[in-house]
Amino acid sequence: MVNRPVVGAHYGLKDWLVQRVTAIYMALFTLFFVICLLCLPEFGTQEWQEAWKDLFASWCVCFFGFLFVLSLCYHAWIGVRDIWMDYVKPAGVRLALHIVTLLLLVGYAGWAVHILWRPLA
Amino acid sequence: MSKRTVKFKIYRYDPDKDAAPYMQDISVELDPADKKLLDAMVRLKAKDDSLSFRRSCREGVCGSDAININGKNGLACLTDVDDLKQPVVLRPLPGLPVIRDLIVDMTQFFKQYHSIKPYLINDDPPPERERLQSPEEREELNGLYECILCACCSTACPSFWWNPDKFVGPSGLLNAYRFIADTRDQAVNERLDNLEDPYRLFRCHTIMSCVDVCPKSLNPTRAIGKIKDLMVRRAV
Repeated sequence: MVNRPVVGAHYGLKDWLVQRVTAIYMALFTLFFVICLLCLPEFGTQEWQEAWKDLFASWCVCFFGFLFVLSLCYHAWIGVRDIWMDYVKPAGVRLALHIVTLLLLVGYAGWAVHILWRPLA
Repeated sequence: MSKRTVKFKIYRYDPDKDAAPYMQDISVELDPADKKLLDAMVRLKAKDDSLSFRRSCREGVCGSDAININGKNGLACLTDVDDLKQPVVLRPLPGLPVIRDLIVDMTQFFKQYHSIKPYLINDDPPPERERLQSPEEREELNGLYECILCACCSTACPSFWWNPDKFVGPSGLLNAYRFIADTRDQAVNERLDNLEDPYRLFRCHTIMSCVDVCPKSLNPTRAIGKIKDLMVRRAV
């Protein structure tokens, strides 16, 4: 096969935009979550454990928490993909790394579902 | 300013003679009238005529004497020699193949520049005198048309170092926006299509080394941001 530099994939804008939107969402959720943590009783006490359970019993925290995980995964996908694009030159190796990254991120998202919606003890 | 001696450490490489590049320690006595680094380099050349570098206008217009000065890209003719920490370390522009000493092969840089079609595209028959713009429309081109293609910005950009064959680079993108912003140009959509690519435009991660080194105080990062803004406006 001829080895000519080829460009012109005609994508990139959506990823660039999503990376910014997810960054803003993650910053807002982090702020919200830190405020929630500050409102909890003293760490390690029985009251703290109850309050922590109550916090994650709320569908709202689970839903927006999961949205945070999804945002993190999408944001990380673009960031890690950019690293592979910058530093890994053979296209086959790059494709393999893209697939591994995607599988890992989908796995992490599934794991987050398991953690957020498992029955509370 | 009196006579003074300035110490230099200069990157030397002659592929016909040297197995590998090396740094040469050399000092030169400057006359009171020698103000700029280029003046000192001309004196160095008189002392050791095997030293090679590009120069032409010596007043910051041609952009041919762009080199890496004490680790930062700049034009030798615009840099005050007395402001530089000694020994003054001179290297060729980073990221481009070295032809000899401080002279680099700029083919890749100009390939990227040509890829953005740096000329006005307008299929209308030319008017008798000129294609008019309002003062506001003309104002948008300020800070864009002044680029002298010295390559200080693109060769300071890590994204250009990693992908010089695919990433247009700050200089090329600044010039791309110069034509995108020109109301006399009729190919704005084709120009945006040409740049919408993860490598050609979106390798820019707003590192802003280009802004830091531009000897003409231009802002390629802002121009790149405006290209992205236009793409978003076109898409949503």
